[in-house]
Parts: sequence; C-alpha cells; structure tokens
Amino acid sequence: MLKTCEIDALEGLFIELKGRGFSLLGPTVRDGAIAYDVIYSPSELPIGWTDEQDGGTYRLHKRKDEARFGYAVGPHSWKKYLLPPMVRLWRASREGKGFNVEEESAAAPKQAFIGVRSCELHAIAIQDKVLSQGSHADPIYQARRERIFIVAINCAQAAGTCFCVSMNTGPKATFGYDLVLTEIIEKGRHYFVIEEGTDLGRDVLEHVPHREATVDDAKAVDRVVATTAGQMGRTLDTNGIKELLYENYEHPRWEEVATRCLTCANCTMVCPTCFCTTVEDSADLTGNHAERHRRWDSCFTLDFSYLHGGSVRTSAKSRYRQWMTHKLATWIDQFGTSGCVGCGRCITWCPVAIDITEEVTAIRENAQSRGPKTE
Amino acid sequence: MQIRTLEGVLVQHPFFQGLDPQYVELIAGCGANARFNAGEVIFREGESADRFYIIRRGRVSLEVFIPERGSMMMETLDEGDVLGWSWLFPPYRWQFDARALELTRVIAMDGQCLRGKCEEDPRLGYELTKRFAQIMVGRLQAARIRLLDLYNPNPADTG
Amino acid sequence: MSDSFLNPMVPQPYRVRRKLREMQDVVTLELEPTAPDGEVALSFAPGQFNMLYAFGAGEVPISISGDPAPKRALAHTVRDVGAVTGAIARLRRGDVLGLRGPFGSTWPVENALGNDVVLVAGGIGLAPLRPAIYWLMAHRERYGRLILLYGSRSSQEMLYPRELRRWRSRSGLEVEMAVDRGTEEWRGHVGVVTKLISRTSLDPLNTVAMVCGPEVMMRFAVQELQNQGLVPERIFISVERNMKCAIGTCGHCQFGAAFVCKDGPVFRYDRIQFFFNKREV
Repeated sequence: MLKTCEIDALEGLFIELKGRGFSLLGPTVRDGAIAYDVIYSPSELPIGWTDEQDGGTYRLHKRKDEARFGYAVGPHSWKKYLLPPMVRLWRASREGKGFNVEEESAAAPKQAFIGVRSCELHAIAIQDKVLSQGSHADPIYQARRERIFIVAINCAQAAGTCFCVSMNTGPKATFGYDLVLTEIIEKGRHYFVIEEGTDLGRDVLEHVPHREATVDDAKAVDRVVATTAGQMGRTLDTNGIKELLYENYEHPRWEEVATRCLTCANCTMVCPTCFCTTVEDSADLTGNHAERHRRWDSCFTLDFSYLHGGSVRTSAKSRYRQWMTHKLATWIDQFGTSGCVGCGRCITWCPVAIDITEEVTAIRENAQSRGPKTE
Repeated sequence: MQIRTLEGVLVQHPFFQGLDPQYVELIAGCGANARFNAGEVIFREGESADRFYIIRRGRVSLEVFIPERGSMMMETLDEGDVLGWSWLFPPYRWQFDARALELTRVIAMDGQCLRGKCEEDPRLGYELTKRFAQIMVGRLQAARIRLLDLYNPNPADTG
Repeated sequence: MSDSFLNPMVPQPYRVRRKLREMQDVVTLELEPTAPDGEVALSFAPGQFNMLYAFGAGEVPISISGDPAPKRALAHTVRDVGAVTGAIARLRRGDVLGLRGPFGSTWPVENALGNDVVLVAGGIGLAPLRPAIYWLMAHRERYGRLILLYGSRSSQEMLYPRELRRWRSRSGLEVEMAVDRGTEEWRGHVGVVTKLISRTSLDPLNTVAMVCGPEVMMRFAVQELQNQGLVPERIFISVERNMKCAIGTCGHCQFGAAFVCKDGPVFRYDRIQFFFNKREV
C-alpha cells in the first residue's frame, strides 16, 4: 500500500525510530564524501548535495534543489555495521597450566539504516548467504542482522560508475526493507512516496504523518526509477560470465591489468559484498592474557594466501584475477548468485581507475574457448 | 636350449615389446644368465661398459663413491628394470658403480657385440636406442623431481 | 565435544598427555580435554583437522594423525616451521593448548568398501593418512588389497618407522617405501614414490587411491595413478591452504570455487582437477 508523506515527516520517522531504541545510521557529508555515520536528525543528511563519480574520481557538488537523497553510494557500505572492521571475539587468561576463555557478548546494538539502495539490499542478502546461511553462521553478523531496521530509498539518479541494471539489482528496491522511500521532486512539489515492507515497518509508519498515495504518485515513482535506470554509467554483460572467466584464467588481459593494479585493496574495502576477514591472536606483555580479534582482510595482500615458506598467489596478476574471478564466477558456484551488485564503488575508488566492467569486455574479446593452451 | 629359454624371457619383457622377433632372437643370442650375491659389485665407475642387464630378481643399487663419505646410493633398481646404458653411448664407460643389495639374478647382454650389430643394421640400432632413451627419460624425470627435495621442510635450503 | 560449536571461534583447552619425537623438527602430541568431568576427546573421521591454538601466539590447522576409533588418543603430528607450530612443538607433557574442531571432509574409507585401497604418502603427508590406515586395518575383511606407498627424504626422515615395520609384518597391509637419498643402512628403494606406483600392479577398476604429500608430489602421483588406469573419480587428495577461521567465512582457504576448510581438505580429484592444475590459484 503506497503512502506519501511530506519532507518534514522524516523528522517524525527519526523520532519514532529513536523512541524505539534504534540508533540511526545514515548518509552524511564527511571529509568531502557522503559517508555512513551516526545521525540524529534529518538535517544531517546531505541536503542539496550530489556526487560525481567516474573511474578513480569522486567529487561532491551542490545541487539546485534540496534533495535529501540526490546522490548515489559513497565509499562506505552497510557491511561496516554488519561485519564490523575490527571486533574482539574473546579474551582469555591463563589458569595454572590451562586457560579460561571469556567470549564477547553477542549483544548487538539496535540499528536503523537510513537510505539503503537497492544494490545494497542485494549486497546484504548476498552477505546473508555467506555469513548466516552456511553450516557455521557468524554469531556477530547474525546478532546485528536480526536487529536492524531498514529504510530503503529508490535511487533518483545514478552515478557514473553505476551498473545495477546490468546486474539485476536495481534501481528499484523490491525486497529486504522495512520501509522504502522514493523522493519525488517535480512540478514544484517535494515529498516522499513510502511503501512498507514488513509488519514492523507498517507499525512504525503508523506513527508518522502520512496520506494514501494516488495513482499519480505511483506513476511518479515509476518515472523516478525509469530515469535512474536510463542513467547507468556502465554496463556489464553477464551472459555466460562464469564460463567465460573459468575458461580464461590464462588470458593476456590479466598480465595487462597487473601492470596497473597496485594491489592497494581499496576495491575490497569499499565493496559491499567482500567478506574476507582475518583472525589475530595477541597477548599482553606478561603472556598471561590473550585476546582474539577479527578484522577485515583482503585477498590482495601478499600474506593472504601464505603457506609455509611462501604465498600461493605471489604475483599481482594472480591476486587481481582471484578477486575478479571470485566476484563474478566462483561466487556463483559457491553461493548461487553473482558476488557483484553493480554499485560501481570499486571503479570509483580505485586509485588507477581499473574498471571491472571494462575488464570483462576486454576478456570477452579474444576469449579462449574450452581447450588447453599450448605452452 | 639355454638360448631359447632366454628368448622366451626377453619376449615377455616390456622393454622388448613390439620388437621384431628376429631381433629378439639376435639379442638373446648375445645374452647369458648371470647371478650376483648380496654385496657383490656388478660394475665399477670408469670401467669399460660392455654389457647391459635385465634384472630378473633381486635389487641393485647405483652408487657413487665420495671420498670421506663412502658409497652414496643414487637409485635402486628391481625386478624387471634394465641396468646400464653406457654401453650404447661413447665413451662406453660406466658412470656409476652398481652393486647387488641382495641375491640378484640377471640376464647379461653382450653390449660390445650388440654395438657392432647396431652399426650394421641401423633399424636394430634405432629400435634399441628408442627403448633406452625411454628409460633414460623416466630416470631423468625422477632425478629432477628428487632434486626438488620436496620433503625438505626448509624450502630455502634447496634454493 | 559439541560445546565448541556454541561458538566455533572459541578454542577448548586440551592437555598434552603424551609427546613423541618423530624427527628432529616433528613431534606427535596426544591430547585430552582438560574438562573436569573427564569427557572423552572429540570424535573425528580420518582426514579431518583441528585448529590448534598456542596461547597468545596463534592458531594453525593440523591434521589429526591418530586412531579414529573411540577412546583412542587424539594425536596430532606437528612440524616446527614457524612461530605457532614452533610453540606447539615445544609444549611438554601436562601443558595445555587450545583446540577447535574437528573440521573438514574425510578420506572415503566407507565409499571404498569392497575395493583395493592404495595410499600414497610423501614426507609428512603420511600423518593425515594414518587415521585412514588405522580404520582400514580395523575393518580389514571389508577391503581387498591394502597398499601403502611411502616416499620420504631419507630413512632418517621418515614418520612412524616402527609402525611402518609393524604394519608391514602383518599380512594386512602391503608397505613399500622409497627414499630420495640413500644411506648406508638403507636396503629399500631409492627413488621417487611415483615409481612405486608404476611397480604395483593395480586393478584400476576396483581400486581407490588416497594421496597426501607436497603438492608437486601429489601432482605427479595422480598422473602416475591415471597412467595406471585409475579414473579421477577414484583418486582422492588432501590439499592445504592458509586458514584462519576454518568455518568457511574468512575466505582465506579458497581454492577455485572450493573452501578447503569445508569442501576439503580431502577432495575427489575430478572435483578439484580444474583448479589443481592451474598456477597461483
């Protein structure tokens, strides 16, 4: 059931969520980018800001209007909160010859994500498969995931590196939210169309001033979605992509991209589906107290594949290839979907502007078909 | 009688598979049974290489003598293996010692005689060379793998 | 020890009940839980591994190398190659380490019922195969020939020499050993373990092969087994990769599309063949 609400109804929504114990996390301007952070009021949203994105390029510009969500995605993704960059797993202390482990409590904060894009809803669903649907669910992810409230937003514009249309992950949010907003700015009007996605969403919305939507409102939403869909900055042909990459592990393009890739790991840090972590054990100076932490890791580091005496993937070529073939090909065999949601962050935040969509195109050209390469 | 028995043995042996029966007969004519007791030296490095051996039973070690370290075993050969190819290639001298580790029965082939016959009949020469080359390929491959010292826990050592 | 699955990232304390020195840098530790109710140590299947934690130092995956039968000692054979394995190898009887597990896939001892089984081990690769050997010997009458082909660096650098002799002297297990380097007292084969494969006349349609050792050695052994007529579906290998979580969520152990910690470490060769023969994958 579509509803509409005025712009200042956001204030009511924020108050309602805070009243229910949620801490609000949403986009805000920080250090020249639109980042996700704790926000207390809609006035902290990037009002009247937009982003310009391209390979290795990110700039903020002022808009002519006062749109609250007039931009695409920034360097942060929601994995920052669901899969925290650094978390302690347990503490232990020696006891005689043995030791005693004290686990960190699984209690997770109640968080509301404000302004989640369709690509991000897909990314969260993808990480759900990896982290909470395997034979060993991650209790930290699970505990946070169960408690989040999602206010999604249908993107009103795409950025230069977006390709959610190619990956079938947007721009329209179709699942995974408690509420979804579409910001309409046209014909002198500026308001939101809202749809509820869950009972909890409906319950929250009851406490926010709203009206029934009209047929025109519904059409306005369609217009917004269509406009955004038509603005995609990139495309990626996913036809047979798994087979294409499986059959081209020795494609010369990998050597070529390796001359540019710095293995800086930016792409893995900004990617909303990258989930690799590492475990760090440490002890204090007495050696009697130990801790185990988990922190984000990246397959681009040399150490990642270290195995007595050396690493399995020493060359930059092998590490870039690992990342891309995992994201687009082996992920499908592992989890049933692509690992890529077409958000474009890896393209924007790569310091040398390596573009995953361009790499796929290059490999399709002179792709090798099945058969051994003679050496 | 003895010659026919040898021919029968050779014909069965994988090394001679596919070889023209008249060649097998000819080679058998250059062969004789022999036996070495445990510890007995079969040939020594530097000696004139005039024979090769088909091991029928037992075990032979290929060794090299290193001053201050004694005899080092390079490889062992067993039943069915062919021992010795230096008879076929100049300078026709053994490169290693060969010693029976246990009671070993062999067919000893007269390499000098066969060398002459190979010169006369290139086709026989080619067939024998082909077969010895195959054996050498296998031994070289195995030797290279052992050089990798794969079981060494310190890869730096083998550098 | 199902408690460890309440949170699979928390190690349980285990005490070293016995320590055996296998080689200069290799020890076998027999472990028992420190829990006061004297619980029996965890049960496992041949091929599985545990994550062993040296307090404050770190954690490493170590294959279980002992007898999987109930009430047998929980043994791990560890080689000192770094900070953590060194700390573990230096533990003494009565010391405590942390343990998480068991993890991983298993040698196909049950699928191989009725078949001949050939085990090809290289160097310390005999350790992850030893539980399979115990199992096979305990159920001897349900298999055809049982053959162990073992290659090592030299006769001084061989695992479990007394057990090898004992196994060999029983009629149940055919044991052939080869060393890369001969020494004076060695009377056995000097050469590569792959030669032992070609010398053992196998019945390829009724044989299951289990191979464990350095990756290069496994590559050549698998090749030789195929030369002898075994199809990839009858060959099993055990693969190693860097592991951190051991539960398939940290991403480190990926090998193509497989997670070695849960899809492996034991793989049926046809399922891993595609990536096994690629480099830097």
